[in-house]
Amino acid sequence: MRHRLDASFWWWMAGLVAVCLLPWNMLQDGLRADNALALFATDADSASALGQALFHRRWWFWPVLAAQALALASFVPSLSKGTRGRLLLGGGWLGIASVVAQGWFIGVHGWSYDALTQTFGDLDDRQFGMGWGGCMTFVAFVALATTGLALRGRFGGDRFVAGAVGLLVASILIFTVWPVLTILGQALTAPAGQSTATMFLERFFQSKIWGAACLYSKASCGAAWNTLALSIATATACTLLGLAFALIVTRTGFRFKQMLRLLTMLPIITPPFVIGLGLILIFGRSGLINQWLGGLFGIELGRWIYGFNGVWLAQVFSFTPTAFLVLIGVVQGISPTMEEASQTLRASPARTFARITFPLMLPGLANAWLVVFIESLADFGNPILLGGSMGVLSTEIFFAVVGAQADFGRAATLAVVLLIFALVAFFAQRSILGKRSYVSMTGKGDGGLAQPLPARVKYAAFAVAMPWAALTIFVYLLALAGGFVKVWGRDWTPTLSHFGRAFSVEWTPHGLLWSGGAWGSLFTTLTLSAVAAPITALLGLLAAWVLSRQRFAGRTLLEFALMLTFCVPGTVIGVAYILTYNLPPVEITGTAIILVVCFVFRNLPVGVRSGLAAMSQLDKSLDEASATLRASTFRTLTHVVLPLIKPAVVTALIYSFVRAMTTVSAVIFLTSAQHEMATVFIINRAINGDYGIAIAYSTALIAMMMIAIGIIQLAVGERKLGRRATGDGPATLLQATQVTGARA
Amino acid sequence: MTAQTASGPRAAEVRLRNVSKRYGNVTAVKPLDLTIPAGSLVTLLGPSGCGKTTLLRMIAGLERVSAGEILIGGRDVTQLSAGERNVSMVFQSYALFPHMNVLENVAYGLISGGASKKEAHARAEDILGLVGLKGFGPRLPSEMSGGQQQRVAVARALVLKPDVLLFDEPLSNLDARLRRSMREEIRALQQTLGVTVVYVTHDQSEALAVSDTIVVMRSAEIAQVGTPRELYGAPDNVFVATFMGEANHVKGVLATTSVSTGVVSLDTLSIELHHRDLPAGQVDVVIRPEAIRLVAPDGSGCLRATVRTATYMGAHAEYNLDTPVGPLFCIAPEASSLRRVGEVTGVMLDPGGVFAVRA
Repeated sequence: MRHRLDASFWWWMAGLVAVCLLPWNMLQDGLRADNALALFATDADSASALGQALFHRRWWFWPVLAAQALALASFVPSLSKGTRGRLLLGGGWLGIASVVAQGWFIGVHGWSYDALTQTFGDLDDRQFGMGWGGCMTFVAFVALATTGLALRGRFGGDRFVAGAVGLLVASILIFTVWPVLTILGQALTAPAGQSTATMFLERFFQSKIWGAACLYSKASCGAAWNTLALSIATATACTLLGLAFALIVTRTGFRFKQMLRLLTMLPIITPPFVIGLGLILIFGRSGLINQWLGGLFGIELGRWIYGFNGVWLAQVFSFTPTAFLVLIGVVQGISPTMEEASQTLRASPARTFARITFPLMLPGLANAWLVVFIESLADFGNPILLGGSMGVLSTEIFFAVVGAQADFGRAATLAVVLLIFALVAFFAQRSILGKRSYVSMTGKGDGGLAQPLPARVKYAAFAVAMPWAALTIFVYLLALAGGFVKVWGRDWTPTLSHFGRAFSVEWTPHGLLWSGGAWGSLFTTLTLSAVAAPITALLGLLAAWVLSRQRFAGRTLLEFALMLTFCVPGTVIGVAYILTYNLPPVEITGTAIILVVCFVFRNLPVGVRSGLAAMSQLDKSLDEASATLRASTFRTLTHVVLPLIKPAVVTALIYSFVRAMTTVSAVIFLTSAQHEMATVFIINRAINGDYGIAIAYSTALIAMMMIAIGIIQLAVGERKLGRRATGDGPATLLQATQVTGARA
Repeated sequence: MTAQTASGPRAAEVRLRNVSKRYGNVTAVKPLDLTIPAGSLVTLLGPSGCGKTTLLRMIAGLERVSAGEILIGGRDVTQLSAGERNVSMVFQSYALFPHMNVLENVAYGLISGGASKKEAHARAEDILGLVGLKGFGPRLPSEMSGGQQQRVAVARALVLKPDVLLFDEPLSNLDARLRRSMREEIRALQQTLGVTVVYVTHDQSEALAVSDTIVVMRSAEIAQVGTPRELYGAPDNVFVATFMGEANHVKGVLATTSVSTGVVSLDTLSIELHHRDLPAGQVDVVIRPEAIRLVAPDGSGCLRATVRTATYMGAHAEYNLDTPVGPLFCIAPEASSLRRVGEVTGVMLDPGGVFAVRA
């Protein structure tokens, strides 16, 4: 074959630039035009790798430079494909290994491990976290190594696929696996002078986690029991309510079905504590009900809403729509022919429902239950607002980290317990979904009409669902109304002053002044969400494509790792990120980068799942046709696959944007004074009892998200196959919720 | 990418040497050799799961061979990807890109190969004319009938002037009538252009109608290679005989008279026929249903048979007969005088429709 310079050469050039010119470490005041060319920088910490090695005697960069040289050899003309591959692979691996090793072993105090100091003596030097030079070098080495693998015949010899897999694996290792391992390590590290075993017993079996005092006294139980009880209660209630709604929508002639379906949209665009705020406004001490009962009958209800009851109520409001969505799919998935067959076999409608329909729904019900269970475990917004003295794991983790305590060992221990709960539920859900083979999901080849519900079931469903729907609407309306009165419960004068405090704008001699208190956090939130959304969508869809279309060793492992990130509760990720990234080699705590990274990797599975769903609808021979028609893999991806999965692109974009704007659990650990997020701003105001501004801000967020959804749909456009327009917005969004297992 | 020549497709010979395919422990194609002459149409025929599609996809470059090598036009393409091989494929589902119109679909491969959009569209127009779809360029695939989509798929493959054109069960999504006319069109196009074609099907009548050579496959290996006439008229084994058309299968005794001729005895019946140097003794005898003639039962040298079922089929009649050598299925041309169930009849055999194969 003719030898020519391919993409790997340009990767090598990028690596060269990064190694020779760009500052290797993170600079105190960021990368600028005047410090970007850092070969001859006088200060070692702002020099490039080559500069540090040559002029500052930082010998640990020589292996990096050697790797670069080794890879260069592969571009010698007239080398065979195999030899080129071997050289690239060798250079790439050596590069990756040396970048990782120098970052891992040499930190701000010299050697990072005592063992190294004892072996080699004091280092007498130190380095900070990796910056642009380090990151770019690392990425270039990954690209070279994967090209080498492809040239050696792996990944079907496809360099693009190899590179994509390399990128995904590296990023998952760095941003998911590493933090989770770090938090495990933290939980299992004993303080000096204590044996690991005693520490372990003390930490994991202390009464604050497992105490059962509430069963026989007034004292409160451990956080683990509280969490479990709450999650079980919430999951059970939500599943029953969701089933009632699903049966009404799919199996009755109810006139306002579309309204009910709209209900399922709400949780997607609602910041996680709007419901909690609504409940406080109704049932809180100065809430409507309390005032009314107190005024009329002199009854004092007190603070019953703060604690288990309130959190449970708020969670049931929040997660019933999720259960509803999952169960619509389940009920629709039951083939009507089964029920028709049962009827022709002389079964009454009641018997058909009891013996056919209900058993067929059971796995789906279990799945819905587990989905809600996982959400409830991970929920942070409701317990922090309404929990009062009842601690659940997610809030206990938070309180262990904030304030004077700052006990990371305890936070890590709690996080591990929470993680174990979530993992058990996740595996249970996987195994149920794996067995669910007898529910037809394709909708093909099943004619027939779904049977109407037996009368008793129907009345029961209506009796449960209708009051609840009315109550939900009531809670939402009140939650939003709270932003428009002066002081809820005391001064009912209508006002826009809360909006004014949050979003006022003034003309000053110096120009426009965004004087409202919320502008800063709003701009940060919008910017970071807008940065994170396209990255999430791109990476997620790339992963979906690789998983569904390519066969390579470790494929199932990659899929598993991706889905696993889904079930790690947000508070766990939050703590894990601070613990992992506040030290070199990746020192990004307190920056905007850590927030974007958190958004991307928390929401990645959504992109993956919607991509996988879309890809499974796409005939594989379309890809193959493109391949036989001389198109490169990349061209196939951009010209055939991507245009055909546009709805999935829209879904992934919208979902990651909206979730980035509404998430609070992980973010609350990662925000800093410089980068305050909207949700954190709101929750801080709400905790301080300043409900007016919190609600005004939430209202503004909801409005803004609806606008953003509209803009994204317009920008990406709809897929056009045939002259008919296909795919509508709500349907796409609904599908998105359906594919998410758990959210936090 | 090499420059396309202005003339028609260059027919190229395809040579498979010891090619095999394994997925883990499953062998999809056992090691086999096969040469497909330049300019000929060869079908890979067999029941589902016999490995014929895997073989085709290995020629296309969509599957990597586990062992062996593939040469196209004398060039070793074993390690090349699908796009680098200069082969084209027509898929069972056609795989037309639903978001591109017909012209864009046909021009896609040319543009991928580096042609300018203008040139690509001009050549796409030409080839659409060749398959009888002049003026259909701006339509979307979803706005065309199954047969038209099939032609677009063929045009899209042909426009690249491939060394080899591959068809993967191209007619299985069409109704019976359309299938017949499309297969004639494909055959005519292939002969006009003189292109090498490898064609996968599980329909033996389709294979008989279009092929120069048929490769019958069975459980991951080749059962027999031959012209349609050889396979139907001189099957090597019972599998090929029964797969290439309806056939009865009974046991008989062969007495050889020369290297290639002999006499087969079936109960009271003796037939002289050609065979492929079989040893004398027990053999399997394959009898085509139309080779069975019903005669008066008293005639000498015939089998006595009882009619078990009799079915009127319009142009002919079908019978299931019980005979001393076993049940026989028979197609009789004269349907006017249908025999009754239980009637006793004599059976004579046409030597042209009776084959002795190794037991």
